Amino acid sequence: MEKPKIATASLAGCFGCHMSLLDIDDRILKLFELVQFDKSPIDDIKKFTGQCAIGLIEGGCCNEENVHNLQNFRKHCGILISVGDCAINGGIPAMRNNIPLKECFDEAYRDGPSVYNPEGIIPNDKEIPLLLDKVYPCHHVVKVDYYLPGCPPPADTLWEALVALLSNKPLDLPYELIKYD
Amino acid sequence: MSEKTITFTIDGVEVKGAPGQTILDAADAAGIYIPRLCHFKGLNPHGSCRVCTVIVNGRPQAACTQPIAEGTTVENDTEDIKKHRSNIVDMMFVEGNHFCMFCEKSGNCELQALAYRLGICAPKYPFQFPDCTLDASHPDIFIDRNRCILCGRCVQASKDLDGKCVFEFVGRGAEKKIAVNAEAKLSDTNVDVTDRAVNICPVGAILKKREGFKIPIGERMYDAQPIGSDIESDTKSIK
Repeated sequence: MEKPKIATASLAGCFGCHMSLLDIDDRILKLFELVQFDKSPIDDIKKFTGQCAIGLIEGGCCNEENVHNLQNFRKHCGILISVGDCAINGGIPAMRNNIPLKECFDEAYRDGPSVYNPEGIIPNDKEIPLLLDKVYPCHHVVKVDYYLPGCPPPADTLWEALVALLSNKPLDLPYELIKYD
Repeated sequence: MSEKTITFTIDGVEVKGAPGQTILDAADAAGIYIPRLCHFKGLNPHGSCRVCTVIVNGRPQAACTQPIAEGTTVENDTEDIKKHRSNIVDMMFVEGNHFCMFCEKSGNCELQALAYRLGICAPKYPFQFPDCTLDASHPDIFIDRNRCILCGRCVQASKDLDGKCVFEFVGRGAEKKIAVNAEAKLSDTNVDVTDRAVNICPVGAILKKREGFKIPIGERMYDAQPIGSDIESDTKSIK
């Protein structure tokens, strides 16, 4: 039987949750026995090769590219998991949610103490994804099936969750593995 | 007070208490934990957060204000009530800006600890991202209204324990927030860092400056033991 496929992505996140996945140490070898990685920064596959069993999403949606990426994951993944606080509640990027976008741009490109931009240009290339008005948690954009909180979620949380889901067991995390920090 | 004892049951377990005692106090004495947030020993209970809701003879009541009565049946640890409590905690999370990853209170926060105990991985309601203000004018204390859950502990503690009336609620409904008894800022009040009101916040809304992240991760209050473990006499597993 073919191994189930797993895909991962980092949207508006810091890759800390991916680091936590690597932090399962030598169990990563067992994980590679259990699954085949598809689109993911772990193996640098850029496009989905087919349907995946599980999709792990790190980070919320701060721009339109994040939204397209997330929708693409929803389309290709049987189970979609929000991994980490940014995917679940926007996290650090969501601190800008109460600051108007114009003020954010001005601070970043015009008025910031270390900014040199005599013409006051705000980058507006077609290649640069448009920022959203707010940073949205993933489940505000698509249906999310499971949530693994933490900043990042402990490696054991990721491991336990993946093993449970891959062996068709209910995901029932013990007290020590639910952490928001 | 008379010598009479009152006998009732919580989840089928017989509990005894004195007349006038609340369900929550009697349960505490019997080693049964009823989750609570706004309640604090030494303050007048006012039943505002509703986390301590129990079913008394089929009707929901706040355990922190409801006096015990002979022969009553109290339900506490049932799936239905757990769901009700989770809903309340979920609402508190989405109504504020609770970013645990950089909050100094994380690990010692009663709201977070309740969510952990209830096994909440993510709130089920949409996040509101409300616009809240911060008052860091005082040299030793700050108020971060992003994290305030309007429990009223500081209001009551300042009035009843400190004799000061530093804090008060203003506004109604979604506009309700914690305010200070001064023209503008916390620094204009007679609040002191040793006040009970400053040390009673269940979340990270009123904090002392220069004390953040003092306790390392792993040694904080709720890192290893769920909230309420100190009250529970038996070691039944928490689900």
